[in-house]
Amino acid sequence: MNSAEYTFHGGIRPVEHKEDSNTTPIEMAPIPPMLVLPLQQHIGSAAQACVNTGEYVYKGQLIAQAADANGANVHASSSGHVVAIEPRLIAHPSGMQDTCVVIETDGLDAAIDASGYPNWQNLDRTELCNIVRWSGIVGLGGAGFPTDRKLNAKNIKTLVINGTECEPYITADDLCMRERAEAIIRGCEILKHIVGADSVIVGIEDNKPEAIESMGKAMPSSPDWKLVTFPTKYPSGGEKQLIEILTGRQVPRGGLPADIGIVCQNVGTALAVKEAIEDGKPLISRITTFTGQALSRRGNLEVRLGTPVSYLLDYMGYTEQKVPRLIMGGPMMGFILPDAGVPIVKTTNCILAPDSAELPLPKPAQPCIRCGFCAEACPATLLPQQLFWHSKSGNSDQLEKHALSDCIECGVCSYVCPSSIPLVQYFRAAKHEIRTHRAQQLQAEKALERFEARQQRLEREALEREATRAARKAAAKAKAEESSRFADEADPVQAAIERAKAKKARLIQQNQPGAQQNAETALQNLKAKLASQQSSLQQAEVDGKGDKIITALHASVSRLEQQIAESNTEASSQDAEK
Amino acid sequence: MNMAEFFLNDLTQTVLVFLALGGLFGLLLGYASIRFKVEGDPIVEQINALLPQTQCGQCSHPGCRPYAEAIAQGEAINKCPPGGEDTIHRLADLLGVDPQPLDGEHGIEKPKTVAFIREAECIGCTKCIQACPVDAILGAAKLMHTVIAQECTGCDLCVEPCPVDCIDMIEVTTNIKTWGWEAPQNDGIIATDRMSGKAA
Amino acid sequence: MHTSSPHLSAANPVQHLMRQVLLALIPGLIALIHFFGPGVMANLFAACGFAVLCEALVLKLRGYNLHFFLSDYSALVTGALLAVSIPPYSPWWMIFIGVFFSIVVAKHLFGGLGQNPFNPAMVGYVVLLISFPVYMTHWTAPSELASTPSLLNSLASLWSHDNYDGTTMATPLDLMKQNEGQMLTFLYANNPQFGSYAGLGWEWVNLGFLAGGLWMLQQKLFTWHGPVGMLATLGILSALFYDGGSSASGGSPLFHWLSGATMLGAFFIITDPASGATSNLGRLIFGAMVGALVYCIRVWGNYPDAVAFAVLLLNFCAPFIDYYTIPKPYGTEDSKS
Repeated sequence: MNSAEYTFHGGIRPVEHKEDSNTTPIEMAPIPPMLVLPLQQHIGSAAQACVNTGEYVYKGQLIAQAADANGANVHASSSGHVVAIEPRLIAHPSGMQDTCVVIETDGLDAAIDASGYPNWQNLDRTELCNIVRWSGIVGLGGAGFPTDRKLNAKNIKTLVINGTECEPYITADDLCMRERAEAIIRGCEILKHIVGADSVIVGIEDNKPEAIESMGKAMPSSPDWKLVTFPTKYPSGGEKQLIEILTGRQVPRGGLPADIGIVCQNVGTALAVKEAIEDGKPLISRITTFTGQALSRRGNLEVRLGTPVSYLLDYMGYTEQKVPRLIMGGPMMGFILPDAGVPIVKTTNCILAPDSAELPLPKPAQPCIRCGFCAEACPATLLPQQLFWHSKSGNSDQLEKHALSDCIECGVCSYVCPSSIPLVQYFRAAKHEIRTHRAQQLQAEKALERFEARQQRLEREALEREATRAARKAAAKAKAEESSRFADEADPVQAAIERAKAKKARLIQQNQPGAQQNAETALQNLKAKLASQQSSLQQAEVDGKGDKIITALHASVSRLEQQIAESNTEASSQDAEK
Repeated sequence: MNMAEFFLNDLTQTVLVFLALGGLFGLLLGYASIRFKVEGDPIVEQINALLPQTQCGQCSHPGCRPYAEAIAQGEAINKCPPGGEDTIHRLADLLGVDPQPLDGEHGIEKPKTVAFIREAECIGCTKCIQACPVDAILGAAKLMHTVIAQECTGCDLCVEPCPVDCIDMIEVTTNIKTWGWEAPQNDGIIATDRMSGKAA
Repeated sequence: MHTSSPHLSAANPVQHLMRQVLLALIPGLIALIHFFGPGVMANLFAACGFAVLCEALVLKLRGYNLHFFLSDYSALVTGALLAVSIPPYSPWWMIFIGVFFSIVVAKHLFGGLGQNPFNPAMVGYVVLLISFPVYMTHWTAPSELASTPSLLNSLASLWSHDNYDGTTMATPLDLMKQNEGQMLTFLYANNPQFGSYAGLGWEWVNLGFLAGGLWMLQQKLFTWHGPVGMLATLGILSALFYDGGSSASGGSPLFHWLSGATMLGAFFIITDPASGATSNLGRLIFGAMVGALVYCIRVWGNYPDAVAFAVLLLNFCAPFIDYYTIPKPYGTEDSKS
């Protein structure tokens, strides 16, 4: 066990409140009567349901397939009947709905047959990633990025395992490390094998002595594996900050940890990977902390994904407050739940149910006095007071200059602000505004392209119309000239015959080989037709068809013979003329 | 006075100095006007880039580019309803003029809409296709017409020509993908806001 | 109430910060009263009273909630700083004009708390200095050298100077400026105002403000960059040009540090966050340039004390300094932990 040599800029040390929920072991939460599984439970795209309403599903059965590389599969968390696939209220700060698969559990918790791969060392990287992908594993520490995509990175030297859990109140990873250290380390071994890393660093904050001890015991004693502890500071658990603490290096702006050869995974994700690969268990449950003074019982539960929060709050003895504020996540980065009936999803690491004394309502904001406490605390070394200034005036150029996109929305700046300004909300709104504006600009550019293409098309069509009109005009003129040439002939019939001859001559002049060819092709067609009619006639006679038919066929044959004779005389007369 | 005295005279010297300075600066300016000359009128392009390109004609110009050219000649910047307040402010910033509220004569700022053809009623007359400035309607004579929703800018120009009035303009509402936080509205600075508990 | 994260805050509110600034003024105030009589208390009462009145008036005109905004103590701090800067026993109308310019013009006309581009107290001081040079350059004699009135008489002197017949004397900085040819040792010997190093009374006043400033640093009200920049530059420049005390020298570093408004300026004036630079490097540069300007104006300029002018000139430069000292965000090539 080593101590970290480095640290990151800024940070805060809020009161931790970890003892509220880390004194009892992980409890298995009961299975609720109704499971609501959203088709999108992470950052990325929604999956598509592959079961139908009324179907019976088993625990661990695939019920929704990822539609693209950014998606993640969803599995049934318990056995039961699918009663609906419809929009339901989900855990999202907007309070909006999204499509969910609703399962009515039958209490049997019957599992689908599944087997793991105890000899996973023999599988190659792609196969292992596929299993991870099939199991629907996403990052369980926060935003929930699909794990298999992260594991596909190339040239990874170091695997960083995040056991930090820096946010106050949350103790899920702490308990997980205390009780399931061997499984977690096994998962780390699998991850190391997948990414091909040379070394593994497990980072744990120093406020978790029991977890440090148990993880230290479970780790293989090889120089490739290091357990590093560091002083408790929020937000050490942020991927970029953790990498800086453990390695002293910074992830390049706009880049990923993979760019410097590092992949970072949460301990919960490592555990899920182990269960998926060794035990064949897809992601159907996770450990969630239930804490806050509004609960009579506080602790960590292993909950089935899709369990409504209200069911679990009842289980833990929730007293509704005058101004109810339920937070999904921690007090620094979590969001207020629109309704207690929303389901637990893959990224739910904590449900915080405070009373009004514990988490008082925010004070009204005073003007910014530009004290600079926010800049001192910012872990991304930004200038939040300038970002605030420019967010208020909507100056997107200055926002970009001050690197708004690098803000990790950790909340430290709002925490230290003496004027109680909700800085992070301003930044989120500004980011949204910039994104929307860019989307609108793209749309405008596309519309302009289409408009200009249309203008060109209309011009082109107008030119073509002009050309055809001119051609027609010329043709009419020529025709008029011809008719005037033959107009003073005494015999109109002779005049007509002369006109026809002139036209044919003109045609031959215009496309000589074509006219000749056309005449020849026509002759051939006639001959072919004659041949077929003659054979039909013969056939009819043999078959003994009616007289009418035979007479008609005879007439047709004689007509064709006459036409052929005419064309032959025309051709010979043409040749004579030439 | 003689030549020497003339040139030694203060007045003469002053005049000569100023003439020389004027000449020097004039030469410099002339050189600069040639060396740093900007071809064309880029301001029209910049203005056009800020307009929403719906080509709807609500500004009483036949398209966005003509309006951009008019603005470059000094026309008011508040005539574009699809652009809304946002565009007016950006134009004001670009041109260094004061932003004005949207001119009600040309329309009001409405939420974004997209056209939708009720196919059961469509008679295949192609009038809407001819009207659409971005060719966002798919169809041909006597065949079904339909709006390509992604390309529709919501300009409204197709609604009038339709002889059976089968085109609806449907509002585009935020969904979970397009939702985002709004800036805190009240900072508790105005007394009434704070006391009604609407403070951020 | 639908608010975004974070939902926790443990910050001391603005009023707490302002109260701490007021507390930090106390050691210097005690020194001022001891050495120059209770006149500064009369200044304080008048200035703070007028400040709150002016602020209340302007807030009302702007339609703001009076209780919410007055309770942030910022008007009191501005008034107190102005009171300490101007000579004791100043008439009430002078104090009122100074406060008016500080609060209404320099602060609210630019947007209110946090939006002032210039230090409000210094704006008020400079307006007074330029408008009433006679009053502003007549400092009372230290109590050791002349009698000082009682508290009641001091308060009464707000209205008229008939009640007060104390003497005024040139300050050490005045004398240093006007020194034509005397060696410093002679200057010190002939003028008792000089005291031991930097001025009778003035040394202790500056030490008092230094103590208050160090306490504020410990309380993390501001970072060390501004004060250290100013004091270091002032010390270095005065050391460079100090030739042991000849008639042409500008004074020793100790003299400059402990005389006039140096410590007040270093810890109370340049640390005004709204008018200073934003980043720590910017604050260091800001402080350094203030120190340099203070030395230049004191020694080669027209005024005996220069803190106010130096600060105002640097307030002009603060946005420029900000532009070039934006810290590199995490992940930029040059930034390191």
